[in-house]
Amino acid sequence: MAVLTQTQDSGLPLWLRGLVLPVVVIALLEGLALLFLGPENYTFAAPHAIASDLIHLLSDGTMLMATYETLSCAMAGLAIGGLLGVVFGVVLGLSPTVDKIAHVSVEALRPVPPAALIPLMLLVSGFGFQMETTIVAFTTLWPILVLSRSAIRHVEHGLIEVARVLEFGFLQRALVIVIPSALPRIFVAVRLATGIALTVAVAVEIVANPRGLGYGMMVANQTLHPASAFAYLVWIGVVGWALNAGLNWLDGKYFARFR
Amino acid sequence: MLLHSSFYRLAWFIASLAFAACLILIWDRISAAGLVKPIFLPSPGKVWTALVAGMWDGSLLRATLITTARTLGGWLIASLIGIVLGAVIGLSAKARIYIGPTLEALRPLPVASLVPILIALMGYSEQMVLSVVAIGALWPTLLNTVSGFQAVEPRLYEVAQVLRMRRHDVLIKIALPSALPEIIAGMRVGLTVSLILVVVGEILGSRPGLGYTILLAQRTFHTADLFAGIAILGLIGFVTASLLNMIEHKLVYWKH
Repeated sequence: MAVLTQTQDSGLPLWLRGLVLPVVVIALLEGLALLFLGPENYTFAAPHAIASDLIHLLSDGTMLMATYETLSCAMAGLAIGGLLGVVFGVVLGLSPTVDKIAHVSVEALRPVPPAALIPLMLLVSGFGFQMETTIVAFTTLWPILVLSRSAIRHVEHGLIEVARVLEFGFLQRALVIVIPSALPRIFVAVRLATGIALTVAVAVEIVANPRGLGYGMMVANQTLHPASAFAYLVWIGVVGWALNAGLNWLDGKYFARFR
Repeated sequence: MLLHSSFYRLAWFIASLAFAACLILIWDRISAAGLVKPIFLPSPGKVWTALVAGMWDGSLLRATLITTARTLGGWLIASLIGIVLGAVIGLSAKARIYIGPTLEALRPLPVASLVPILIALMGYSEQMVLSVVAIGALWPTLLNTVSGFQAVEPRLYEVAQVLRMRRHDVLIKIALPSALPEIIAGMRVGLTVSLILVVVGEILGSRPGLGYTILLAQRTFHTADLFAGIAILGLIGFVTASLLNMIEHKLVYWKH
């Protein structure tokens, strides 16, 4: 409400004002490109050329194939890393003893940057689906582990008491009481990790792996097609945005009201 | 009582060190039994020898210093730009309305995808690596600063108005401390991103540093050197994050 009262000076509706900046920037770039961009340019591209390359790459299927390759690695890695992360996170969250004993090992492995694993995985499994998926899985494992551990710790104490009164075993306590009530918070971890998974998948493709959107972008660059490279950038942004929007929608529909 | 609890903490720490030692022992047994080819998984002893030898002849030490300097340098540039820009956007209702939606739309863009664009702009140069780091690590700090300044309790501003505080004082004494926890949280993510992007930049740009060291080790099948490099990169991540935690405890003392 405060925002509404502060800005009665302009006649544009709120959602339109957010569009002003991108539209102005694109128009400005188009103008600059018309004025200064010669045919011997291999770095920049005019917005209309980027748009036409984007449409071309989308309609001939190149971009969709690349999107499939990137997303399949990102999602498979996220599934593996997420599953391991939730399992470890639940165990560490439920048992303070195990958590304390694993402390040094977890803290020693967690900060390893995923990019450092690229050479190692190149050596172990070569180019392809496996190396990329493994790196994504390793990267997404840690944030999901840490956040599920804290989600489990946030489970209401009364519920744990109920489990004790009902004389549940460890597995039953985890499956019936703790995990369902920690699920909304665990979903937040998954949402965060999805963004990380996409970033890491694209990074691995840019650095080493000859498949997917990141590689398409590198090839466009190295073959001096800046408009295509920018088209890939725009499309990667669209994919990231759509994934995020989809997860936000799921979150709002199923999980947000339980937090 | 205090002595008691710190004794317990130490005991648990030693137990968890022992557990880590057990894992390393299992790793050692696996490689000794030849379950995995040594070219894929060298024994921990070999990795340690490679690490010590690299540190001793200076090559690994130099690479470590360069990579650490790049990480911190790029991260500091990114944090500074992020905080200043974020404060400007977060404090002005107009800027939030006009710039906010664009920032939100760009938030899920994977930063790594900017690397090819920057390579096209600057070539395989030192500036390219630093720009990749600075631009990539900028986002988390920028976005958190915006939302940190936005979330300042409006009554605090009313108090400032009643006290007739100057704009500058309002910024330093009220807005900044109140947004600080969120800013530091953003800077922490930025630090992780920096280290990743430094390695990416070094590998792509063939700049001297740990990223390039491990790439060379892989190409020449010196797996022990590769593992030593990965271990040091993990250590850099751990030490820098711990330092930032310490600084946070000092700066945001009221939250702990």
